[in-house]
Amino acid sequence: MHLSREEEDILGGEHGAAAAKSMEILLAICKIFGAEKLIPVTSAQISGVSYKTVGDAGLEFLQSFAKDGRVRIPSYLNPCGMDLEEWKRMGFPKDFARKQLRIIQAYQKMGVESTCTCTPYLIGILPKKGEHIAWSESSAVIFANSALGARTNRESGMSALASAITGKTPYFGYHLDENRIAEVVFDVKVKLEDMSDFGALGIYAGGIAKQRVVAFEGMEDFTVDEVKALGAALAASGSVALFFIEGVTSEWRVVGKPERVEFGSRELKETKESLNSSKDAELIAIGCPHCSLEEIKEIAEKLRGRKLKRKLWVCTARKIKTKADKLGLTRIIEEAGGRVVSDTCMVVSPIEDMNFKRTAVNSGKAAHYLPSFCKQKVLFGSLKDILE
Amino acid sequence: MKIKGRAISKGKAEGEALVSKEAISFLGEVDTKTGVVVNPKHPLFRKCMAGKILVFPRGRGSTVGSYALYQLKRNGKAPNAIVNEEAEVIVAVGAIISEIPMVDKLERKGFKLIKNGSKVVVDGDKGTVEVIR
Repeated sequence: MHLSREEEDILGGEHGAAAAKSMEILLAICKIFGAEKLIPVTSAQISGVSYKTVGDAGLEFLQSFAKDGRVRIPSYLNPCGMDLEEWKRMGFPKDFARKQLRIIQAYQKMGVESTCTCTPYLIGILPKKGEHIAWSESSAVIFANSALGARTNRESGMSALASAITGKTPYFGYHLDENRIAEVVFDVKVKLEDMSDFGALGIYAGGIAKQRVVAFEGMEDFTVDEVKALGAALAASGSVALFFIEGVTSEWRVVGKPERVEFGSRELKETKESLNSSKDAELIAIGCPHCSLEEIKEIAEKLRGRKLKRKLWVCTARKIKTKADKLGLTRIIEEAGGRVVSDTCMVVSPIEDMNFKRTAVNSGKAAHYLPSFCKQKVLFGSLKDILE
Repeated sequence: MKIKGRAISKGKAEGEALVSKEAISFLGEVDTKTGVVVNPKHPLFRKCMAGKILVFPRGRGSTVGSYALYQLKRNGKAPNAIVNEEAEVIVAVGAIISEIPMVDKLERKGFKLIKNGSKVVVDGDKGTVEVIR
């Protein structure tokens, strides 16, 4: 394997202990996956932020890494375990909050921007087609690869941090043309009506595709948010990192005779049923992945002049919430008894310790993870269904 | 008997081999306070890995498992070194951040030659494993 002079220097410790460790991590990944070199990346998106997922071990590691670790490229955080401004009012446990804040501080010390969102692409972080990046949140990875045509592997929080500190990533996997070819094609035979339908398609297709690249035929008429929901679900039930939509995505590589699978009204119905384990809920949670401003507008329109009987969290990036505040959308949602929550989401926050046992969602990804990550029973339906 | 392999994490260590035929998930399967395997279904159930040369095919489970290995080390309960049949990222990254020497891909089925209780020297710089007895 060839290392540049600069890479040798980093490995030798000339840029500090954390940088040397980061280089060791990337070189080990090169060995494991047979990558022959490192390539520069333009941004890193780092998961492993919630105290709930990384625990004391992660906190201790990040604090020690932050002693001399500094990022070299624009780097962004995934959601953490609580709203960083409203956690007290929202009833987050104190000990949890204290440790969560320390994790954020460690990342900030390293120079990582505390965007705390899984949708960096909704707040202006938009890598271009063909751009190499190192992102780790699975729904952001699949969106960047598929909708933007950027190139990233499914990084872990640690490998993305190592890339942030060195500015490099191992050259293998989805960075190469030869691995960006669909191996399973889904023929969509049913009209998908809203985000929950797109999420259900993603859950179904991901379960069959596992780690393979997916192509969709027969899909028409959809929004960016629906593509976001589809990708997030594909990356949750499978470990899909890239998909193509015929006539839409900038890349479309289907060669030879890939496996073909039909997705019709029966598959849609059965998948939605399989994600449902409750008929009611204490909490309605929307925003997995984080809501766009358009989604918040839609929610506010549906809630104008109403009073909800259940708690409602609308999860979004802080930047989007600020826009929603200015447009008066946050107030409409609050007047209906809901909250616009930033920096976190229902999956990475400790909702199971906050007296929630049943949660209503319109996200396929959230419906897939909530039973195991948060011990929740799930009511899965369209936005209209869950707000009623 | 010295066996050549591939260096994954640097450093040199020796100890008694603790051999598992099954993969290990450091997150949830091992008590990081004691270094003891707590999954009743695992062949190393109730065995302590502290100070041992931990020999197992590969890691599995969540990537947060790397941090669990780091915590074992902080608690003084980590293995002295790790030998894998074929490394994957979770254990490799965990070994690197915890400064635990690690070698994989031993030549000529060397992995199967390491018996439970053998005295072993792992050289993570050169990528070798020596079975002393």
